[in-house]
Amino acid sequence: MLTRDRIGGAALVLFALAVMWEDRAFPLGRVSKPGPGYMPMLLAGILVVMAILVIWTGGRSPALRTLKWPEAKHAIAILAGCAFAALAMERIGYRLTVILLVGFLLWVVERKGAAVTIVTALGLALGTFYVFGTLLQVPLPLGPGDF
Amino acid sequence: MVETLQNLTHGFAIALSPTVMVYAFAGCVIGTLVGMLPGVGPLAGISLLLPASYGLNATTAIVMLAGIYYGAMYGGSTTSILMRIPGEAASVMTCIDGYAMTRKGRAGPALAIAAIGSYIAGTASVVGLMLLAPPLAAFALSFGPPEYTALLLLGLMVLAYMSGGSVPKSLSMAALGLLLGMIGIDPMTGYSRFSYGVVELGDGIGIVPVAVGLFGVSEILLTAGQAEMPKVIKPKLRDLMPSRQEWNDSVWPIGRGTVLGFLIGIVPGSAHIISSFVSYAVERRLSKHPEQFGQGAVAGVAGPESANNSATSGALVPMLALGVPSGPIPAVMMAAMMVHGVSPGPMLIHQQPELFWGVIASMYVGNVVLLVLNLPLVGVFVNLLRIPYPIMYPAILVFSVVGVYAVNGSVVDVWIMAVMGALGYLLRKFDFETAPIVLGVVLAPMLEMSLRQSLALSSGSYTVFFTRPIAATMLGAGLVLLLFSLRPLLAKGADWRQRFGLQEESTLEKEEEK
Repeated sequence: MLTRDRIGGAALVLFALAVMWEDRAFPLGRVSKPGPGYMPMLLAGILVVMAILVIWTGGRSPALRTLKWPEAKHAIAILAGCAFAALAMERIGYRLTVILLVGFLLWVVERKGAAVTIVTALGLALGTFYVFGTLLQVPLPLGPGDF
Repeated sequence: MVETLQNLTHGFAIALSPTVMVYAFAGCVIGTLVGMLPGVGPLAGISLLLPASYGLNATTAIVMLAGIYYGAMYGGSTTSILMRIPGEAASVMTCIDGYAMTRKGRAGPALAIAAIGSYIAGTASVVGLMLLAPPLAAFALSFGPPEYTALLLLGLMVLAYMSGGSVPKSLSMAALGLLLGMIGIDPMTGYSRFSYGVVELGDGIGIVPVAVGLFGVSEILLTAGQAEMPKVIKPKLRDLMPSRQEWNDSVWPIGRGTVLGFLIGIVPGSAHIISSFVSYAVERRLSKHPEQFGQGAVAGVAGPESANNSATSGALVPMLALGVPSGPIPAVMMAAMMVHGVSPGPMLIHQQPELFWGVIASMYVGNVVLLVLNLPLVGVFVNLLRIPYPIMYPAILVFSVVGVYAVNGSVVDVWIMAVMGALGYLLRKFDFETAPIVLGVVLAPMLEMSLRQSLALSSGSYTVFFTRPIAATMLGAGLVLLLFSLRPLLAKGADWRQRFGLQEESTLEKEEEK
């Protein structure tokens, strides 16, 4: 039966095997004198063993079909927002990025009214820039017209 | 003893001077804010304010930076308890029971216990720093790479033994964290591992984006957009006082956390993080009701919060007495001292008594300031829960993004945070714990380095771990714990810890799922 633990364990085995594959690029060294590839290989091996144990004992965990994803659309939208922030921050500046990010989350995702969206987006963008950029002197990226 | 008291009196004369008081107060306030803001840890706060201290004299500068350090430890608990987002990495364990208490309507007492526990631990540990620094520092000095290796392995075994449900799942998460900690340049050979040409990954992945992603962003992803939003607890200000039972349940955890945190603090490593993990594990082990851990046990807040504050003072022991930074934060503080022409080390106490005793005395004063500052502010921050979550989470996300970005000024950290958020979301959906990943990321570089140094010292012989008494004892204890952990699995018997285990989702959440 497909259970949460078995699927999770299988994913970890695949990840560990991928690490082992990538680790071929580094010298393993010897047991008495480990090279840069030794520790990752050892840890990936431990991960494989533990993940197999998770699969082996995973029969008692809840069935995969019981897993529900009601928040998945929101989660994808929020992750997309994070990706947008990472891509845009050094291109269009911190304040513009935050305005667009918060605007997207409130206006599009949460369907809030225009007033709430504008006030929150502007407040967060300008407020956090003042605290971090001005008071704490974090070099936050500037956008067009030094905004 | 008389000489110590005379020196302390001299220190108070310095610490209570108006200029030093102002900067100590400023450091405490900034530290509290730094600790509360998700993603901005004490390391980032101290690093950011380091240039601002150049214009001050050495004593004032160190007093301010120390204030930020232990202020952040106080503040870090607030967002952990209210929002399940660790303000800084040492508050990770507070998220579990602190947030569960919030879900049960006990946010106020959780915050009050955290503040009072922090005060008691902070003050008591300064006494320890003052009185016990020389012998304890000598003990830590006797640790070589084999002892560090054994200590780090023991820490992982303790975590596996104490974590609930499934030992293989906990150890697989620790191994995953250790693997993530392998990213970056190998310091012994210069090989760049798993960085795929990304220059920013050369130094490895930072603890801040990992912790914020796994704990903060994943919580947002799981909570936002649910058909029925979790009931928002709105405690009243008069509900801040803990009950008599909560006081009783907190006294010993605070005491144990104080001692444990201080002792772990003097050992080099990310002491304040490890101490909170170990304290949580110890409290659950000693509790008469271990099944309550993960579901809002006040001891799960009192112990770790006391331990991480106590570890702050402990971590200053090797730095002030030996000139050896015990972690990244003392290293930055040591750099600040050297900028001012002060060389930390055994001669510091004799050559710069006003600095050493001024800092010690300012820490007593700072702890009082923080208690006075934090308890009234507890009520203010409880009000954060009154903001609707659809408006709250974009704000948390913005603070997370800017906090993570501020550490290195790099968008790569924002990417790491997003990836860790997605990973944490999936792992929690599949009932995997994420706390061992954070510990693994912290321990990985230290573990690898100490293992390879040990082998270099012993010409490749592993007997070095068994011929040195301290290392052998710690490894033996670790092995016993591992065998105990695996016994239910090997015997195919019932694992009693499934009933009592560390659960990131509270019973309330699981009941809601049903």
